[in-house]
Amino acid sequence: MDILIIQILNSIFYACILFLIASGLSLIYGVMRIVNLAHGSLYALGAYVTAWTIGTFAAGAPIWVLFLLLPAGAVVVAAVGALIEPTLLRPLYNRPEEYQLLITFALLLILEDMMHFLFGGVPLSADAVIDSMGTMPIMNLRYPVYNLLVIAIGVAAAVFLWAFIYRTKFGVILRATSQNMRMASALGVNVKWVYVQAFALGCFMAGLGGAVVVPAQAAVLGMGVEALILAFVVVVIGGLGSLEGALIGALIVSFVRTAGIQFFPEIELAVLYLIAAIVLLVRPTGLFGRA
Amino acid sequence: MKNNASRTGPSTLLILACAIPIVIVLVALPKFVDTYQTQLLTYGLVYAIAGLGFNLLLGYTGLLSFGHSAYFGLGAYSAAFMVRYFGVGSMEIYILGGLLITGLVTAAFGYVSVRHTRIFFGILTLALSQVLWTLAYKFFWVTGGTDGLRVPFANLTLLGGLIDFKGRDAYQAFTQNYYYYVLFLFCICTILMWVIVHSPFGKALQAIRDNETRAQFLGIRIRRYRWFAFQLSGSFTGLAGILWVPLNGLVTPDILYWPFSGEIVFMTVLGGFRTFTGPIVGAVVFNYLKIYAVASTAYWQMLLGVVLVALVLALPTGIVGTLSRLFGKFRKR
Repeated sequence: MDILIIQILNSIFYACILFLIASGLSLIYGVMRIVNLAHGSLYALGAYVTAWTIGTFAAGAPIWVLFLLLPAGAVVVAAVGALIEPTLLRPLYNRPEEYQLLITFALLLILEDMMHFLFGGVPLSADAVIDSMGTMPIMNLRYPVYNLLVIAIGVAAAVFLWAFIYRTKFGVILRATSQNMRMASALGVNVKWVYVQAFALGCFMAGLGGAVVVPAQAAVLGMGVEALILAFVVVVIGGLGSLEGALIGALIVSFVRTAGIQFFPEIELAVLYLIAAIVLLVRPTGLFGRA
Repeated sequence: MKNNASRTGPSTLLILACAIPIVIVLVALPKFVDTYQTQLLTYGLVYAIAGLGFNLLLGYTGLLSFGHSAYFGLGAYSAAFMVRYFGVGSMEIYILGGLLITGLVTAAFGYVSVRHTRIFFGILTLALSQVLWTLAYKFFWVTGGTDGLRVPFANLTLLGGLIDFKGRDAYQAFTQNYYYYVLFLFCICTILMWVIVHSPFGKALQAIRDNETRAQFLGIRIRRYRWFAFQLSGSFTGLAGILWVPLNGLVTPDILYWPFSGEIVFMTVLGGFRTFTGPIVGAVVFNYLKIYAVASTAYWQMLLGVVLVALVLALPTGIVGTLSRLFGKFRKR
């Protein structure tokens, strides 16, 4: 019974991380129609920046400083995103989508080595944060309190993102641009600026995912490439460009994955990809997607 | 062949005049360069076969597959399985068996994938290729996991047992003979692909790429044609995988992982996917570029990434496309 509770908590924890990555991926596709292959690497960058910041500045600092530094990764990644969009992506909007996919693939190659160059080949961790919060008893076992905080952050991020997109003026502009870019532009929306903001926001979500995961799992090279594929599965199941799809997809993927690791470890990943392939066949736009 | 409607439109004579010297140079080359250079060029030719196959989908049918590592890896793993489980040493049996397996899987994957186009096609091919990657990665007692499977050249025979590699200087003999073996198959593949893209079937594919609705009204069965193109494309890439294994001596799940699919796309775009020769040039150049980058810096991925960015932003038609445009300008003057 206690194992079951812990596995469910683990699934939700993992779903939160996946949601943070996938919602950014989905948002960028929804607004700009670009499938960002570098999204996983941006997630990894967020993890590295947070781990490095905490490791460098906060040796021996009080706990609240550590928590203040936690979002550093997300902020840096958002800034990187705001730089990438006008320089690399903007020249390509009028070109076939192959080129957009290729440029994000190039970005992935560059970012992966950039992280190798800046942070070295050894894993970076920020376990001071998770240690400082200790554990709590769940029946006969103990569970890190930090994981519950991540779940809270994930839920809060989902609520904020939803409110931001569906309840603010910026959200209206964003949705209008996503539905008809020319019309929005004709109505006086500064589409270029909206694109920068949307891309930065998507990157921020990925960076936040990396920032909150790093106290629990060390940042390692290659974590981005792995995360991207899982995020793909999430958005394919939920529907590219759909926020609620990213949420449901993240929950499905993480629960299937947790069950898979427990009961059928050999084919756990294969099952996920097969689910994605089947969803694509039956409902090409995903469970919540629109064409 | 005096068909002005063909893409580049050069006459048969001109093509032969260009192709024959290139083939002669390629045949003579191993006499003048050392074993290592011969080997590098063999890798380049193997990738060129994969690129040719890939470009039938991207350049001629207008479908961007992000899962061609699957077919390359399938070819490679089928050959490796034949070594490991049946002790087969004949290259011809690898090719026949490997093509059979790749053909069956591409038929199945293709049937599923061509129901979609554009980005969904890309993601679907990617997801399917990753299924194979996880299988190769997780079923380590069958596939060797991350250690991979060895395919030693010492047990290999070419041309039905006529040539084997035992005794002294076996490695040099292998490199030389294998180079000619790959070169021969590369020429066959190039001619075959040339015939395919200039056949009515190839023209139909280009019609589908340019205007799907119009092609449908002409009575072309779009999905079936795309499916055939997918199978041909996958089989060429599979053949490249089969040829790659003895050369590399080892097959690991890395060649099934999706960044390798990205490399195949990279090669094709580097050479120029709007031309017939683009993927060939791109594959050979990419191979040298990667070897050079890996040898000169630990951050070779960054170098490749920067090259790709420059390529997409400045030279979207690739090497061959840019060169032919320059020549075209030159000739007009």
